[in-house]
Amino acid sequence: MSEKEPHESKRIGVFVCHCGKNIADTVDVEEVAKDALSLPGVVYSNHSHYLCSEPGQKELQDDIRFNRLDSVVCACCSPTLHEETFRKACEDVGINRYEVEIANIREKCSWVHTDRRKATDKALKIIETKVEKALLNEALVPVSVEVNRNVLVVGAGITGIQTAIDMADAGFHVYLVEKSPTIGGHMAQLSTTFPTLDCSQCILSPKMSEIAHKENIELLTNTELISVSGFVGNFHVELKKNPRYVTTDCNLCGDCDDICPVIIPNEFEGGLGPRKAIYLPFPQAVPSLFTLDTENCLGIHPLVCSKCRDVCEQKAINYDMEEEIVEKNVGAIIIATGYDLYDISKIPEYEFGADIDVIDGIQFERLLNGAGPTGGEVLRPSDHKKPETVVFVQCVGSRDPEHHMAYCSKICCTYTGKHALLLKDQEPDAEVYVFYIDIRAAGRGYEEFIQRAQEKGVIYVRGKPSKIFREGDKTIVWAANTLTGERLEVEADMVVLAPAMIPSFDTKVLSSITKCSLDEYGFFKEAHVKLRPVESLVQGLFVAGAALSPKDIPESIAQGSAAAAKAIGLLSKPQLFHDPLVATVNSEICSGCKVCQSLCPYGAISFDEERKISLVKEILCQGCGTCVSACPSRALSLRNLTNQQIEKMIQTALKAEAR
Amino acid sequence: MSELLNPEPKVIAFLCKWCSSNAADLAGVSRMKYPANVIPIETPCSGRVDPTYIFDSLDDGADGVIVAGCHPGECHYVVGNYKTMKRMILVKELAKQMGIEDERIRLEWISASEAKKFVTVMTEFIEKLKRLPPNPLRPEGLTQEVKH
Repeated sequence: MSEKEPHESKRIGVFVCHCGKNIADTVDVEEVAKDALSLPGVVYSNHSHYLCSEPGQKELQDDIRFNRLDSVVCACCSPTLHEETFRKACEDVGINRYEVEIANIREKCSWVHTDRRKATDKALKIIETKVEKALLNEALVPVSVEVNRNVLVVGAGITGIQTAIDMADAGFHVYLVEKSPTIGGHMAQLSTTFPTLDCSQCILSPKMSEIAHKENIELLTNTELISVSGFVGNFHVELKKNPRYVTTDCNLCGDCDDICPVIIPNEFEGGLGPRKAIYLPFPQAVPSLFTLDTENCLGIHPLVCSKCRDVCEQKAINYDMEEEIVEKNVGAIIIATGYDLYDISKIPEYEFGADIDVIDGIQFERLLNGAGPTGGEVLRPSDHKKPETVVFVQCVGSRDPEHHMAYCSKICCTYTGKHALLLKDQEPDAEVYVFYIDIRAAGRGYEEFIQRAQEKGVIYVRGKPSKIFREGDKTIVWAANTLTGERLEVEADMVVLAPAMIPSFDTKVLSSITKCSLDEYGFFKEAHVKLRPVESLVQGLFVAGAALSPKDIPESIAQGSAAAAKAIGLLSKPQLFHDPLVATVNSEICSGCKVCQSLCPYGAISFDEERKISLVKEILCQGCGTCVSACPSRALSLRNLTNQQIEKMIQTALKAEAR
Repeated sequence: MSELLNPEPKVIAFLCKWCSSNAADLAGVSRMKYPANVIPIETPCSGRVDPTYIFDSLDDGADGVIVAGCHPGECHYVVGNYKTMKRMILVKELAKQMGIEDERIRLEWISASEAKKFVTVMTEFIEKLKRLPPNPLRPEGLTQEVKH
């Protein structure tokens, strides 16, 4: 065997931490430290009450200097906690950071075992394996890479808008991508916002026009993200820009809209109003251009119908526009794709979709909106009469782990309170019921807001309706008041359901494109729910707003700004460092079989046609080692976790104890 | 209950750094308990576990080997665990042909939040191994004549 035995020259120190009593209670730390001294390559060992404390680190550094150590094994808590601490401490006294190993004897030993003898033996075993690894570790230097200072923001609802503005204000170039023809998201549909009752459009549209006018924001509407490659600081993204068929020459005269023969329900109005196949999504839309909806258009073939093109004096309509693939290089990506509403037609007992007087919260917003289909007057959809009795139902699809979504959608209590209050303002004599499970109105001014609705005479009933059905021109609501136990039957003119918020429909696709994982409900998952709320586990990829979980507007904006701050922090670094723990090829052994190439999800392995060998692009390699395990000639290796190292670790772990 | 043929089995657990190793850490933080017979070896991805390591472990005397990774579709390295999934089928098949009980080899998907699953899997696995005879390849289990 030609295996190198470098431990002759290595001077390893083992430092065992008591962690107060956390480790010392079940592991005999002193014995472990003493036994570690006999391990190969170990020239020094010590134990410390708190290795991570300032004096603990100081002692560690002194010991390293005094004993001229060049490699260190810290037996302590999980590397996720203090690997960086000890690497830094060792680096400061001249040890390469990749020569520092952590033996986790707390989470994986002292905390999970009770038998002191067995735990002590196991702790020593874990240390032994790490010492074996340390013997063969190499000192490595991270590769530095340049940082691209552009940023991609996906989704231009209120969260994405905020992120884009903040990043642009800080001087970064932003590509803001939105799938629909206009920016604004759900917030553009709302009438007013709780608890201050500000007009939603009035507080949103200044931000929207800021996006339109900021020089360093490049807005791409009708555009989807279709691929991401590269790595933090240097992503390469492909965007699919779908044709709008209307050029920027459009002057919003509306002649095309007038002449278009196609009338379909307007999704912006929740289907309660009409629109044409060529239309302006809403008056404040950005970009301020008409858009052609090819799915409903009679055909962009001029022989079928070309009325809009013919009538356009600006010659702004172009049927020949084609889908384009736009490629961009960015340093960071921020996902802000927001939410959709749960498909409440899946709840047959509420007859949503079957009874047109049963509507959802967004539709009610449109009824309240001065620019909505009824000019802000609440009229029931079936006969346009003023409703006398209105029932609001909360938690429709939320908080129902058996059938629908287990989580609380968070905003429904407060917006239902707002709906009821605004309705009472309009129709003081209307009988307004709110059926709820619990009132969850946590947030500044929210609880008081609900109380205001109650004081206005809105009747709050604790209980979830069991059945909602049509009888003549009334919609009957059956429920039980769970506080009094009595059964209730309400003959309503209109029923408004508050559907659960769910991840927006293309979240799953976006997850597979960006490799950002999802939680059990399909929302994006943050790196740490408390400590890293807008980061993902993919470096350089951030997520904000309702794409993570249900959120109201202030929280979404706060997260949008938080994600921008994180991205600014990242992109402001002069250089980024790439972990050198990557795969390498031994060109003398590689037979050029290319097995490894097909395994790499990052395209990090290329083939040198001249020398007929595989090559690893260090900067692309993420160091998973999947290729290494497949190489039939063992020409591939993973730095500081080589085959030889793992094999030694296995041997050591299984070696019978000498005692 | 069948008798304990091997009261102290030796187990090697290959844990991926993103999911299973974190699940093991969470088990610690939650102060859950499981037998001390497992020695963990962390790898970046379950895809780093070369099939030969499993045979190496058995050859070096492990009574059981467990490979734990992220759930399918959740691999930090996109598809590493799918490669593991395929390899492990072959590993088990090969083990059987070599006369090693395939129960000694186990593959589990344990996400970072599944501390309870980690503990259950480890406990069950060790309980099962206790009821199997010691790995016949164990160095100290072999007689001198066979060994040399």
